[in-house]
Amino acid sequence: MNMRAQRRVLPGFGLTMGITVLYLSLIVLIPLATLPARTMTMSWAQFWETITDPRVVASYRLSLGASLAAASVNAVFGALVAWVLARYSFPGRRIVDALVDLPFALPTAVAGIVLTTLYAPTGWLGAPLAKYGISVAFTPLGITVALIFIGLPFVVRTLQPVIEDLDPEVEEAATSLGASRGGVLFRIILPNLFPAWLTGFALAFARAVGEYGSVVFISGNMPMRTEISPLLIVTKLEQYDYAGATAIAVVMLAISFVLLLAINGLQSWARRRVAP
Amino acid sequence: MQFVTIKTVVRASAIGLLWMSLVAPAAGQTLLNASYDPTRELYQDFNAAFIKHWKAKTGQTIAVKQSHAGSGAQARAVIDGLEADVVTLALAYDVDAIAQSGLTSTAWQKRFPQNSSPYTSTIVFLVRKGNPKGIKDWGDLAKPGIQIITPNPKTSGGARWNYLAAWGWALRQFGGDDKARQFVADLYKKVPVLDSGARTSTMTFVRRQIGDVLIAWENEAYLALQESPNQLEIVVPSLSILAEPPVAVVDKVVDRKGTRAIAEAYLQYLYSPEGQEIAAKHHYRPRDQAIAAKFAGSFTKLKLFTVDEVFGSWQNAQKTHFADGAAFDRLYKVVSR
Repeated sequence: MNMRAQRRVLPGFGLTMGITVLYLSLIVLIPLATLPARTMTMSWAQFWETITDPRVVASYRLSLGASLAAASVNAVFGALVAWVLARYSFPGRRIVDALVDLPFALPTAVAGIVLTTLYAPTGWLGAPLAKYGISVAFTPLGITVALIFIGLPFVVRTLQPVIEDLDPEVEEAATSLGASRGGVLFRIILPNLFPAWLTGFALAFARAVGEYGSVVFISGNMPMRTEISPLLIVTKLEQYDYAGATAIAVVMLAISFVLLLAINGLQSWARRRVAP
Repeated sequence: MQFVTIKTVVRASAIGLLWMSLVAPAAGQTLLNASYDPTRELYQDFNAAFIKHWKAKTGQTIAVKQSHAGSGAQARAVIDGLEADVVTLALAYDVDAIAQSGLTSTAWQKRFPQNSSPYTSTIVFLVRKGNPKGIKDWGDLAKPGIQIITPNPKTSGGARWNYLAAWGWALRQFGGDDKARQFVADLYKKVPVLDSGARTSTMTFVRRQIGDVLIAWENEAYLALQESPNQLEIVVPSLSILAEPPVAVVDKVVDRKGTRAIAEAYLQYLYSPEGQEIAAKHHYRPRDQAIAAKFAGSFTKLKLFTVDEVFGSWQNAQKTHFADGAAFDRLYKVVSR
């Protein structure tokens, strides 16, 4: 069946699609296309040398590792927050609901400074933790904490409407047919939430990979240990090495794209499984 | 008084962010001065004085806008098209980058007196009140049990002056690049946090109480001291580097806007007694002998060397010390082992 030959039921396809393509090109595609263009001034050998420098490789590991860890923590606790906000009513619920959006609104530099002050060895949280030999600020753990902070709203805000839309009657029906509470949770609720949950995870992860503003304050920026990839990009720019900076950016972009693609694939697989 | 006020948080949060402040309502010509972070207060005062001076001299009412960010970020902004008539940056290397892009003459440093740097500063130590670790000179920094705070020279222009000051002292003290490298490597082994900028390092030291000594620009050290006089002390080493923050007119911009005369007068005015006095009030060392004598009590005398004397030029220093894979990176391969 040839879709194109048929007249579409919904009018306005040409106009909306045209604007979509133009908008995406202006906002996303053209800026991203200039990235590889800027690396063209390097030879392959230079490009390879830049992106495989041990310090740069250490930064990919840190950036991706901390981002995955932060997104995972948010996936668990963000889901819990979304559940509580969607399913229970309690005094102050609206305030808690508004609190969730704060990490969106706060300038990241402010978040970084506040978190560093809290978790530094002299800080309110850092001092008691230091007694147990746990240091947070200026370690990879501190970076993860900052990334958890900025990533939280993504998981909560993608899951909350889906939980609100879950039909309680389905759960009631399952219970009346003899399903245990665990059965309802694992066979009804979680499979229905899974695609949205993955989206939240992917958004939180993608946001964390590119985060610079809050992390540079809490990371301590020690070579090989706590340097995130965006910092190395800034370092290259500071030497007017635009090609080197974009080379690292291209690698980050490629890794993130592959991971997001994989998550999207997993999602559509999950959707097919859930769909009746 | 408690150190953290809303003001300091807000000010710190502006680090690295470009912000502009309109000093006077735009009427007639407008000048844009692209500068680096810690000169904000200096140029607020100076711009007001220059606007008055220009009005008295020519009858024209002008406006001067200022823009502040890291020195390297400002140079890149100008290269990428920020319409700054003049730049007043932290190091000559950044103005060289602007000149290499063709926006101004590569001989910019010869155009104004004193290497085109109307005021200078130097690198000093900030320690805790009472100097509990007894830090008097560079050599004391290498003693066991001392933690040093300094920003990352790869991201901070100011930190490059710190590094070169330490290297220059060690070179004179021990003789030979190998010994200097060893000394500087010993110093950086004692640095627990390499913040991305000078202001952030000051916060780490003053506010978070990390480290025994902060290596800082003299004017930054005085600012920190003003905010918390009961917690800090400034220690001036026997020998340090003469930090010469450069100024330049951006040819392409002033020729297009027709502001060359004002731009040149603006930078020239920095060398006048009024300009020098404003600089001195903001803890920059004046070049003018008379003004320097007037403020002699505010600045401790010490022996100073220039980048050109010890390292040849900024281009050279950058290449041998701060480029990727150069001395600083190699130092870190040793340190992290």
